[in-house]
Amino acid sequence: METGIQIGDVLLVTSIMFFIGVYGFVTRKNLIAVLMSLEIIINAAAINFVLINKLVFTTNLHGVFFTFFILAVAAVEVAIGLVIILNLYRLKDSIDPEEITTLKH
Amino acid sequence: MNWSYTIWIPLLPFLSFVINGVLYNRLPKKLSGVIGTSALGVAALLSYLTAGRYFFGTTSAEGYQPILAWQSTWMHITDKLAIDMGVYLDPISIMMLVVVTTISFLVHLYSVGYMSEEEGRNRYFAWLGLFSFSMLGLVLAPNLVQTYMFWELVGVSSFLLIGYYYDKPSAVRAALKAFIVTRFADVFFLIGILLYSYYSGSFRFEDLNNIAAIQAAHSSIPVFMGLSALTWGLMLIFVGGAGKSAMFPLHIWLPDAMEGPTPVSALIHAATMVVAGVYLVARLFPAFHGSDDGFALHVVAVVGTFSSLFAAIIAMTQMDIKRVLAFSTMSQIGYMMMGLGVSGYGEEGLGYTASMFHLFTHAAFKALLFLGAGAIIHAVHSNSIKDMGGLRKYMPMTNITFLIACLAISGVPPFAGFFSKDMILEAAYEHNKLIYFTGYITAGLTAFYMFRIYFMAFWGRNRDYDHEPHDPVWSMKIPLIVLAAGSVVLGLLPFNEWVTSDLRPLHIHFDMMMAAASVGIGVIGIITAYLLYRKPSDAPDKISHSLGFVYKTVKNKFYMDELYLGITREVILKRIAAPVAWFDRHIVDGTMNLIGNTTVGLSKGIKRIQSGDFQVYAFGILIAVIFFVVLFNYFIPTI
Repeated sequence: METGIQIGDVLLVTSIMFFIGVYGFVTRKNLIAVLMSLEIIINAAAINFVLINKLVFTTNLHGVFFTFFILAVAAVEVAIGLVIILNLYRLKDSIDPEEITTLKH
Repeated sequence: MNWSYTIWIPLLPFLSFVINGVLYNRLPKKLSGVIGTSALGVAALLSYLTAGRYFFGTTSAEGYQPILAWQSTWMHITDKLAIDMGVYLDPISIMMLVVVTTISFLVHLYSVGYMSEEEGRNRYFAWLGLFSFSMLGLVLAPNLVQTYMFWELVGVSSFLLIGYYYDKPSAVRAALKAFIVTRFADVFFLIGILLYSYYSGSFRFEDLNNIAAIQAAHSSIPVFMGLSALTWGLMLIFVGGAGKSAMFPLHIWLPDAMEGPTPVSALIHAATMVVAGVYLVARLFPAFHGSDDGFALHVVAVVGTFSSLFAAIIAMTQMDIKRVLAFSTMSQIGYMMMGLGVSGYGEEGLGYTASMFHLFTHAAFKALLFLGAGAIIHAVHSNSIKDMGGLRKYMPMTNITFLIACLAISGVPPFAGFFSKDMILEAAYEHNKLIYFTGYITAGLTAFYMFRIYFMAFWGRNRDYDHEPHDPVWSMKIPLIVLAAGSVVLGLLPFNEWVTSDLRPLHIHFDMMMAAASVGIGVIGIITAYLLYRKPSDAPDKISHSLGFVYKTVKNKFYMDELYLGITREVILKRIAAPVAWFDRHIVDGTMNLIGNTTVGLSKGIKRIQSGDFQVYAFGILIAVIFFVVLFNYFIPTI
């Protein structure tokens, strides 16, 4: 039996990362922190892609290539997210998500 | 021979309607009348061509054969039952073609002068075009469904034209009254069509009229109150015809319809649309005659005879010149119905020929009377004959043409009305003495009331008019002259060769005694009117005063309008409409309101969940995902 990193270890680590991200996303009172939490969630998914590709599907590189797409999309998303936050700050003088509740019933 | 060009006869007025209607505000002021008049002129020429080719070119030992000039299937229901649109040519439809296009052309021409000062002339001519199209479509229909469609279209155009002065409340009321009364009758018409064609299995007139084949195809046709379902169907169809033709008791709309412009009254409410009922009965004549020994035809005869006497009595007391003419129209249509009602089939079909003949001549002289009345109203600016008098000096041309029309309607030889009226009376005499006698009295009354308005308007008292009345402009004079010429010579046409119940020439003999008798009563009527109204006197007032209650009843049209109003208000509105309205407001609307209010209340309760805070949403999504993961992993077995 091959020693080293097992699939269960990987999933444990990424699950912890994912829920840390979710916790941050739901509780932070600063939009930039929220955005950072979002990055953690995305990274948890990206690590899953790479390592499952490495450990389970050893004959191809689909997971690795998919990670590149995730990185590109994440970069774009951060850029757009920061622009939105900047504009929100100009508009509302605040980046607290609890104060940005214009879209409601 | 090629007859397909006849489709253009109804389509030309339709083009005029479309052009005048679509280019409503963009047409130059004078052009709308020119378009309408020329379209109808060409249509009239085509009709004359058709009539000439048909009556002189297609005669055979079998008589004239119907021609289906054009046809297209509109709705295919079963192989036997299909609804077609088509052009059906036979003697009566060609006769009506000639009548409708000629009168419509002359009325268009007349309207160019009469309506020259009106603002909405394009609208007027558009609607005249629509009416002419619908009437021609009705006349040319090869089946009962097309008849019914165009029947409703003429009803609508009549409504639109009566309400032409839509800023005048009385005109709006009159238009509504005409529409509702005729619509009410048309409901029965539709039921009649459905009932009758249920047994005939076809809407085509050939199949509808072949009553032997219908009876052979059904082993038993239900009988209700001693009459077969076919007879009931025909009588319901006749109710529709009676509504359109203003027969008692559905006549109440016709006098009010005089609120429309006078040329419209001449076209629609004298010469063409109101005779549609007569035309309908003539179309289905073999069916009317063959079903239950012609019981439905007896109903037609009785209703027609009664209406003709009833209207003639009222006409004697009316003061509005157009209303007198309206009641006169009703009376003369009653005559036509009477002629059809007393007619037999084939060699005994004198009444049928006479009725169609009277329809033809009546169209000429009654349109002339209305157009003459229009010229007078145009000159005097009043409808009341009290405001007229001594007009013969100012309007010599109108005087002569009006006199010709009065002589024609009174049945004085050799004018057109004499021949047709005499034929109807002769047919009635052979059929039923009571009907003959009523018709005979009516002839005298007709002569009296026509010459009453003639003498009161053109002779009688001389007055000072604010504006001196004068003969109308040429475009109004030409129709008067043409129709006057028609009223003189049309009676000489050999109608018995052309228009007969079985399409074969009919042999008639001229009864000198009968003719002398009907001329005699006409002359008595004229002389009475002459003595009473030739010179201003108080004799008419004295007579009406001595009649007291009777005169008042007649002058108020036997209180028919009040009776209808009472029934509508007391019975229909209170007993039927009010409960229905309550049910609608409380039960139907209540159910709908309950559903609506429940939805609104529910949404009020749950809309707070949408707080606008995306972190709450994200948490909700998380919880939901966890819930479903747990649910599908542990509680729902995998498939």
